[in-house]
Amino acid sequence: MTAKVLAGLVTFFARSITAVRAEWRGYLPDLKPRIYFANHVSHGDFVLIWAVLPRAVRIRTRPVAGADYWGKGPLRRLIGRRVFNAILVDRDAETKTADPVQQMAEALDSGASLILFPEGTRNATEVPLLPFKSGLYRLGLARPGVEMVPVWVANLNRVMPKGELIPVPILCTVSFGMPLRLRDGEEKMAFLERARAALLALRPRETARL
Amino acid sequence: MTAQDQTILLFVGIGVVLVAATAAGLILARRAGPGREPVIDNLNQRIRAWWVMVLLIGGAFLIGKIGVIVLFAFASFTALREFVTLTETRRGDHYALVAAFFLVLPIQYWLIAVGWYGLYSILIPVYAFLFMPIVAALRGDTTRFMERVAVAQWALMLAVYCVSHVPALITLDIPGYEGRGLLLIAFLVVVVQSSDVLQYVLGKVYGKRKITPLLSPSKTLEGAVGGIGAATLIGAALWWITPFAPHQAASMALVVALMGFFGGLVMSAIKRDRGVKDWGQMIEGHGGVLDRLDSVIFAAPVFFHLTRYYFAA
Repeated sequence: MTAKVLAGLVTFFARSITAVRAEWRGYLPDLKPRIYFANHVSHGDFVLIWAVLPRAVRIRTRPVAGADYWGKGPLRRLIGRRVFNAILVDRDAETKTADPVQQMAEALDSGASLILFPEGTRNATEVPLLPFKSGLYRLGLARPGVEMVPVWVANLNRVMPKGELIPVPILCTVSFGMPLRLRDGEEKMAFLERARAALLALRPRETARL
Repeated sequence: MTAQDQTILLFVGIGVVLVAATAAGLILARRAGPGREPVIDNLNQRIRAWWVMVLLIGGAFLIGKIGVIVLFAFASFTALREFVTLTETRRGDHYALVAAFFLVLPIQYWLIAVGWYGLYSILIPVYAFLFMPIVAALRGDTTRFMERVAVAQWALMLAVYCVSHVPALITLDIPGYEGRGLLLIAFLVVVVQSSDVLQYVLGKVYGKRKITPLLSPSKTLEGAVGGIGAATLIGAALWWITPFAPHQAASMALVVALMGFFGGLVMSAIKRDRGVKDWGQMIEGHGGVLDRLDSVIFAAPVFFHLTRYYFAA
């Protein structure tokens, strides 16, 4: 109950600040388990993706988040675990107890869709997209049939740059591209590069600057 | 006739025009068959959006002065976010932008609500002009500094300062025209928007010679002359809701329609520069709020000052 109300509040807040709009580029939302992989610039990324998914899809979509951040403190745990039903993965190889890929594969098997940030961390650089970690590829190997949908979240870093308190109400867009699948025998680097290119292709056109 | 009678009569007139437009749109759509004419679909979307916009303005008029000020403050807010979204801001602009949205904008509209002409006419051109770059400079990021500061100032001038001159019309003290400020707003909005619509429609039907093919391919000489001319006549025909004599109302309408035309041109140039067709997606068929306000932005301050100089006490 509390979780539902909180989820509603968080998405309402995100929507009123960013007036976020979804762009389904030639492909429509679907209930079957999928992996939405997105660029990562802010803790609000998954909230925006979550907010624009149709309700029926949203309730079965789980973000994959770092346990080191979302497992810390009661409020973050409440938001991460209860409100967004996040799959918390341990990013530290030393302390790792469960295999993140295994956790994600099990969630897919249970009928959930995932929101995944393959850069592995928030991008605070001027480069639009960091190189991908191998998680997306290993998940593809573990569950070869699952569709991977590239999702570009535009402008959220301008709304709320890292470390700022008050958001600037700049308009945000979430663009969903054509899904891809791991091909038979596709090399790790080739696949990750292909996925990264598919995500970058969704980026709004940059205009020429003087 | 009382101000209330005039307002009701005006809105009934607008309602009749919209009903006629809706009927014409339906007939055109039926004749074209489903989905075959994108131009007609877009026309019908635009007409539907006009209903919503007229209802919003009508609702604001019912509430009165505060309703209109809040409506335009909201329009400014949306226009400002559309403008800022299309510019390249950096992290160093964050405080300045927060101030623009949450300080400058509310203060500007508050000054209009209390009728403090001396300050609302210089708040943005003088004080925001000086303080925004100070805030940006304190953050220490010098990359494209001048460009960023200039763009932020432009955003405030267009989206807040110019737009706020529409509700500011209520604060004018015109002898013999007490309590009718809202009708002055209606005059401005009806003239500017009918000029826009008629330029578009006449251009689509009779347009041959393009005025600025590179900038705005839909602007034709035939459309512009016809639309601006017709808006001048509409303005003259509306003299009874204004403090102007018929010939004065015609001149005002001509100036307003011309400024609106050039405003549309300038805003198109900005959109071209940023590589987009519309400012946003908020109003179905029209694009963003700025796409609908572009001509009002350029017409409002000029109309305000002409009226103030020649007619206000």
